Amino acid sequence: MSSNKTTDAIPTESKILDVQGIVKRATELNDFGHLLEHVPYAKFIGMKVERFGDELIFKLPAKDDNIGNPILPAIHGGVIAGFMEMSAIVQLMVFMQTAKVPKVVDFSIDYLRAGLHKDSFAECRITRQGRRVANVSINCWQTNRKQLIATARAHFLID
Amino acid sequence: MKVNPDFFPLTQMAQRFVDQLAQCRRLGLTVLEASEHHVLIELPYSTELIGYPDTGVIHGGVITTLMDTACGSAVVSAIFQKYQSLEISPTLDLRVDYMKPAQPHKSVYGFAECYKLSSNIAFTRAIAYQDSIDDPIAHAVGSFMRISPEMVGDAFRQALIGEAVPPLGETNELK
Repeated sequence: MSSNKTTDAIPTESKILDVQGIVKRATELNDFGHLLEHVPYAKFIGMKVERFGDELIFKLPAKDDNIGNPILPAIHGGVIAGFMEMSAIVQLMVFMQTAKVPKVVDFSIDYLRAGLHKDSFAECRITRQGRRVANVSINCWQTNRKQLIATARAHFLID
Repeated sequence: MKVNPDFFPLTQMAQRFVDQLAQCRRLGLTVLEASEHHVLIELPYSTELIGYPDTGVIHGGVITTLMDTACGSAVVSAIFQKYQSLEISPTLDLRVDYMKPAQPHKSVYGFAECYKLSSNIAFTRAIAYQDSIDDPIAHAVGSFMRISPEMVGDAFRQALIGEAVPPLGETNELK
């Protein structure tokens, strides 16, 4: 909405996107939310990102639309998975300065406890990075970092 | 695609289940078929769901949500048919393999089956596709924990199999 810079516009149709430029700019500005602004799905679920030194912490603020289980209520497992997958993508883009958006090959998630209707956080570790494929593990928690609500691992193509 | 509801009698119950999930209403998921063996759900394309802005391809997380919902509905349908009762089964784990990106501006279909129902766990698998199920976008395997039927509140039971069709607005008395 409040955009005074042309680079903030979200491309809708197939438009060539300077991924490397966006990553570079986000690094210069030290504002990684700049990266998420280009991804409509990130906005759809309402995720955010914050940098603390060398660490990126991803945040999924509580949002009514993200509810899956109306009884508890709890966040839809798919939303938690999507949030964690997007977190891993951003982590890879920032720490490897990729020229393309990494493509997911597989994603495997274990749900450890219900993700209640409150803010959730995620952190990622690039477990191994080969020439074409990277393995990332992602942890997600709510009130206590030691009480994970979900843990996942994923492979991404990074050419 | 129009399906005779007499053919898959659980379609309406499965649709009512999916409609109870705010995220699924937001995504516009429609249950096309549901039986004790399978569930078929349609996910319409939307530019809001784009994960790759350079190509317009939807985010993998949307496919995961579709698969999780389809598998979960398959479990609810299988249990309903077998025990004539409702259980809400939380996902234990889910693995999704992505074979190819979904084409933009086209619906994605999620076909899921509950292939084994044991006393504590329900085992499921699912395929996401667009033109043909033989040309999949993604494949998923998931297991779900079974919870005793008493855990399902009356309001939820009413919303799924009661006479009145629940309003599609905000989560009402269920909160």
